[in-house]
Parts: sequence; structure tokens; C-alpha cells
Amino acid sequence: MTKLKYSLSELCISQAARAWQNDGEILATGIGLLPRIAVSLSKNLYNPDLMMTDGEAFLVDKPYALGLGIEPALEGYMNYSRVFDLLWSGARHAMVTPTQLDSLGHMNISCIGDYNHPKVQLLGVRGFPGNSINHRNSMFIPNHSKKVFVDGRVDMAASLGFDSKDYSPDIGIVITNLCVFDFNGKDNALRLLSIHPGHSLEDIKENTGFKFDILSESETELPSEEELMVIRNDLDPKNLRDSIFGD
Amino acid sequence: MNKVINSSEIIQYFENGMTIGIGGWGARRKPMSLIREICKSTLKDLTIVSYGGPDVGMLCSSGKVKKLIFGFVSLDLIPLDAHFRNVRQMGNLKDIMEVDEGMLQWGLRAAAMRLPFLPTRVGHGTDILKNNPKIKFIKSPYRDQEQLIAMPAINLDISLLHVNLSDQKGNTLIYGPDPFFDDLYARASKKTFISTEKLIDTSEFKKDDLACFNRFERNLVDGIVISEGGAHPTSCSPDYGIDLEHLKLYSKSVKDFKEYSDRFINVSFKNYLEAVGGLKEIKSIPVTKF
Repeated sequence: MTKLKYSLSELCISQAARAWQNDGEILATGIGLLPRIAVSLSKNLYNPDLMMTDGEAFLVDKPYALGLGIEPALEGYMNYSRVFDLLWSGARHAMVTPTQLDSLGHMNISCIGDYNHPKVQLLGVRGFPGNSINHRNSMFIPNHSKKVFVDGRVDMAASLGFDSKDYSPDIGIVITNLCVFDFNGKDNALRLLSIHPGHSLEDIKENTGFKFDILSESETELPSEEELMVIRNDLDPKNLRDSIFGD
Repeated sequence: MNKVINSSEIIQYFENGMTIGIGGWGARRKPMSLIREICKSTLKDLTIVSYGGPDVGMLCSSGKVKKLIFGFVSLDLIPLDAHFRNVRQMGNLKDIMEVDEGMLQWGLRAAAMRLPFLPTRVGHGTDILKNNPKIKFIKSPYRDQEQLIAMPAINLDISLLHVNLSDQKGNTLIYGPDPFFDDLYARASKKTFISTEKLIDTSEFKKDDLACFNRFERNLVDGIVISEGGAHPTSCSPDYGIDLEHLKLYSKSVKDFKEYSDRFINVSFKNYLEAVGGLKEIKSIPVTKF
């Protein structure tokens, strides 16, 4: 068999698409370009029961190509008020990109540095507190480094972490430019599932600010021919994904 | 009944230190022509409540904001607002109440229902509680005994909203894809002023059941400003989209806000429209497909 040529973004989309495969009939939300393509791939190949939105206020019937100004076929309405109503029931799984992540699973998109006089002001907590206490969240981290995987606690915990006495976050998978993790290690530790081709366990340790468990050091499964065809022909024909890593 | 007023007339209803709610979401359907009136005025020390976009940034750089109650500030097509970032990073906006966007909805809804708070578990396990020590807890009186967060009512003095259509009595129509939480802002505040793309006759509400898009009652509306293009540079779907080029200009103006103010804020609405290329130009901006 000939070896398939693929890009890092395609490898990550392929892995990210697996996040929703056993979720059943829920709302899948991919925030950011790569997670959005991954939701579409997942709905196309792994879980057709998923509900997904056009990124504004409607539920779309089928995944569609991004960047072409397509008016997708609709199957329902999902304005912000409805998103809140739905997410409080737990029937949602989002994939998000925190600026910081710590060993307790806290995510930060609020600010870096002192809260009263931040070095870097970011977006604000947005829906992270509500999402993290109500439904599963996966993550896509395009720049795996100690700046993201921080030593100690994140500067502002915008999401529920594993140190809460009464509640526990539900974290799916964490896909980075180096590897795939989950948070199912001992006592909810970050846990390595696979390493992307061309990288080593040492690379990952050097770029992660806290200790993690290791389930497997195996190579991340490469995207299949079918996945690559769907990504390239049906979901992202304009190759917007190339902007993610510049690959 | 005729509630139509000129945009400059709204300022007389404001006082220093008031709590002002602003409808819309991010860079979508913000009452920007009314926001610019506040920026132009001598008002100060305002508390602003918003699903924030350039409304927040512009008020911050104009020195109007003492306190901000928010879940995020974003320009949508540009993820972060340079002006909001600047005041925060300069240490010039320390009084903030940063909450989950659903908590913000809960606070507005509590005020709308004339309740002191609404319970939620959203916020547990996050630094929202550490940063907002005034937020209290309430234990469920039922068998579950769950310790819940009592999200306090966000009572507003004045709300500012932008709508697609209104009649002169204050019957409004928002027929873009998302009405956001504008209805809650109207209900949570003592007075509500709206800007509208167009004024229509009440008889038109029957056509195509347009009245389905009437999101709150006219008794909540205290004044109507006719302001076609009034949401610019934010969108007013389906009439026009977000003006990304203007938002880039606005973002850059963090370095020289006086120049931006002189060109776009300290001018009449008519001159504003001219400065941004005219109403026809605004209405040709396509609505973004996210």
C-alpha cells in the first residue's frame, strides 16, 4: 500500500473528528476553523446523528464546504438563547482552544497576568463556566508549549476543574500539534494516547508544564484515504486549513 | 402616540453613574449611533452591561466606563477588541464583573422578572467566584440541598437597542436570524431607547405575519431614533453585514483615538454616513456566513 500524503492539519482534523463518534444525538460545536471542519467530518463519516449549526443561528441538515458562501440546507433553529437552553441539559459536546490549560483541567480565555491589571487581556470567560459544568468539552491546541500547558494554576480559571468538591468536568480529548491526550489518567491526570509522526515523548515532555500519565506512546493513526477525500473535496476545498499551522 | 425623537435628545435622560444595558451581540446589531451620542456627551462613570463588541471598546476609549459587566468583548471577525484590551492592560478598568454569558442572561432575566436573583450552578469551580466576592450562594430548600450560585439581578437604568423596523408607538421588529437578549434588556431597565433602520406604519405588521418578529412590547419603549445604518460598523442582518474594513480602522485607532473620534464620533449622523462612504455603501456590505 502506498503511504498517504497528508498535512498536520489533516491529521488533527482526522483525530478531532473521532471526539464525537460515540456521542449519539447531541449538538456538536467546533469553535475555530479546525474544530469546525472536524465536526463536519465526524457528521459525515462517524456520527450522522450529530446536530450542528451554521455558526450563527440555524441548525444545518448536512455538513457543507467552508469558504464558498454556501447557503446550507437547514433543519432547525439554534439562536444563542436556544444554545443556552440546550447546553444546560448537557446534550452538547464542544471543541475549544484555551489560551492556558492546567493539570486540573482548568481552561483560561480571560486574561494573562494580574486580574486587575492584566499583561494580556483576552476574550473574557464567554460560555466556558456554563459549558464546563454542563457538558463535555474537547480541546484543540495548535501551539503545544509550556505557555499553554502551564506549570501550576492558569491565571484565570474560566472553566470548572477537577479540584471542585461537588462537581467534575467532562473532558473529551485534547489534540495538539504534537500528540493526543485525554484526562483519564490516575486521579484525572492528563494522559498521553498517541504521538504524531515525527515527534517524540521527549518533545512532548519538554513542551508540557506539568506531569502527565502515559497510556500509549504509539504513533497517532494517520488519516484514512476516505477522510482525506472528504476533507479535501467536500468540506474544505479552498484549503483554509493550511492557514492553521502554515503547512 | 408618537415616541420618535432625535438622537441627541436621548442624552437628557442619562445621568452620570447610571447603569446602561446595550443590546446586540459582539459585532452584531449594536445601537452604534446611540453609543456615539454617549461618547460625544459629557456623561461619565457609567456602568455598562453588554455582550460586548465595539460598543464597549468605543465607550472605554471615550472615558465613559467606570464599571463593566460582561461575559466577553469581541468584534467577531476580529476575535478581540483593541480598545477594551488597551484600557484593561493599562490598568484603567479595574472595576469589572466578568461572568459566564449564561449568568449574564440570568442576571438580566432576574431583573426582568423583578426577582433579586436566579439560581444556577454555572460558575462553580471557576475564578468568577473569587473575582466577584459579592456573588452569594443559596442552598436548595428541597431534598437535594444543592449549594447553588445566586446570580444577582442586573437592574438597568437605561437600555439601548437597535432594531430593523419600528412604528412610531414603539412596536419593533427584529427579523435578523437572532434577536439575542434584547427583550431581556428592555424588561430589565427603567427606560429603553431604540434606534431603528426604518419607521413603518403599524398597518404593515399584518403583512406576512411580520408581527411574529415583535420581540417585546411597546410599553417598554420610551423613545425611538430613526437611524438607517445606525448599527454600522456592526451588522444589522439581513439589511447589512459587519464592516470588517471599518473595524480594522477602529482597532488601529487605539493609538490615536482622537483622530478617529474627530472623523467618526464628534460629527452628526449625516456626516458619519458620509465619512464611512454613504448609506448605499453600508447596505452593500454582505452579511457574513460564519
